[in-house]
Amino acid sequence: MATRKYKLTFLFLMAGLAASAQDTSLLRMLNDSMAAHPKKIYVMGTFKAEHIVNLQTVESPASCNLNFVIQHRFGTLNSGSYNFFGLDNATLRLGLDYGITDDLSIGVGRSSYLKTFDGYVKYKFLKQTEGGGIPVTLAIAGTVTDFTQDITDEAFLNTADRTAYSAELLIARKFGQNLSLQVSPSYLHYNFVPTAQDKNDIFAVGLGGRMKITHRMSINAEYDIVPKNQIVSYTVHNSLSLGWDIETGGHVFQLVFTNSQSIVPTQFLTQTTGTWGKGDIYFGFNISRNFSLKKKR
Amino acid sequence: MKLIFLVFLLAAVRPSVAYAQLYSTRSGFVGFYSKTALEDVRGENNQVYAVIDAGKKNLAFASLLKGFIFPKELMQEHFNENYVESDKYPKAAFSGAYTGDVPLDKDGVYKINVKGGLTLHNVTRTIETPATLEIRAGHLLGVAEFKVKPEDFNISIPSIVRDKIDKEITVKVNIDCTTNK
Repeated sequence: MATRKYKLTFLFLMAGLAASAQDTSLLRMLNDSMAAHPKKIYVMGTFKAEHIVNLQTVESPASCNLNFVIQHRFGTLNSGSYNFFGLDNATLRLGLDYGITDDLSIGVGRSSYLKTFDGYVKYKFLKQTEGGGIPVTLAIAGTVTDFTQDITDEAFLNTADRTAYSAELLIARKFGQNLSLQVSPSYLHYNFVPTAQDKNDIFAVGLGGRMKITHRMSINAEYDIVPKNQIVSYTVHNSLSLGWDIETGGHVFQLVFTNSQSIVPTQFLTQTTGTWGKGDIYFGFNISRNFSLKKKR
Repeated sequence: MKLIFLVFLLAAVRPSVAYAQLYSTRSGFVGFYSKTALEDVRGENNQVYAVIDAGKKNLAFASLLKGFIFPKELMQEHFNENYVESDKYPKAAFSGAYTGDVPLDKDGVYKINVKGGLTLHNVTRTIETPATLEIRAGHLLGVAEFKVKPEDFNISIPSIVRDKIDKEITVKVNIDCTTNK
């Protein structure tokens, strides 16, 4: 009986050794070693483009990369067959964004809406890591806009009056590979407002997200809220936008539907006067093209 | 009876102690290179884990795909998100054996032949390649170069960018292993 027990023990021992002698044991060893030395990996590709639709995302061009952005909005869908349902009219923003470092970028743009110039600085100061660690990516974006369109009955407006500022805190999290969400509390300052009852300093919040449907496509949604009693001389509606991102190599195409005609934060947040319910929907697209200006090593 | 068991036990355990001669590294190098008229793509990883059992002539490699660094960040993003799907399949691994005489006590460069399974994107393919092992001051240095096809690993490349990526990607391996843990 005892002999049998020993024989069994021996067999088990041999079996164990035979298994460990197979080459997979080396691989298991490597995997254990890897697990014992976890590496900090930053989450990449929270969003495909630098705009969800109108709202800035936490993404920025990589160091020494230049992005050329065309943001185009046709007229409203409810403008009738005479205007070919909005396609006869267009508002456009041309922009250039440049990555000074992977986390710091600057940009300039020009919109045809009120002939507006804009410039911005964006800095990513916290980056989400994989597997817990840091749960969100945080960035701050500061924008200055200046509209230059001549308005005959307001000829007294000087450059300072036409200038407005926005500061946005961008809080984004990528939930797995498909879903990313962002919340952006925004503070806006206008040097000149239409009436004394309108506030110069306005608080707004942008909500947005994207859901990937394939590796190279995603559906985006954005809802920007301006709490009431800040702008009283005209009716402001919240901005709702839907987009469809298509990525091909260095390009990102975004087809969008939005009730905001303007594209810069000091305008689309506070000057959205149409609503989806009445059909004040602007069809449009954003195209961004990435150029790497990095010298070849 | 107990004595016999002990003898058996020793006999069973000793060979594995005597013959397992493990050389390992956590900072091995693997790079891959694609050259076409339109675009050069290069991804390099300096944090590859490797282990060579010089006694049994087995070897294994493992690396995180997110550890591959590309000169263009956008390429790195596309590599991870669109091609190897590193969120789903985070690692690339190789496990195999080699043939060829490598006298561990004599410094020199020795030609070997490596054969094993390369696992990438949840697909395992057999790779066979000539390589060299060098013994130098107690280190075991391995160098190899071979080619792989993305399609073999079920990595689909859309036709719009197909001309920018080589049909066969060159993979270069360079490791410096020691007996230190």
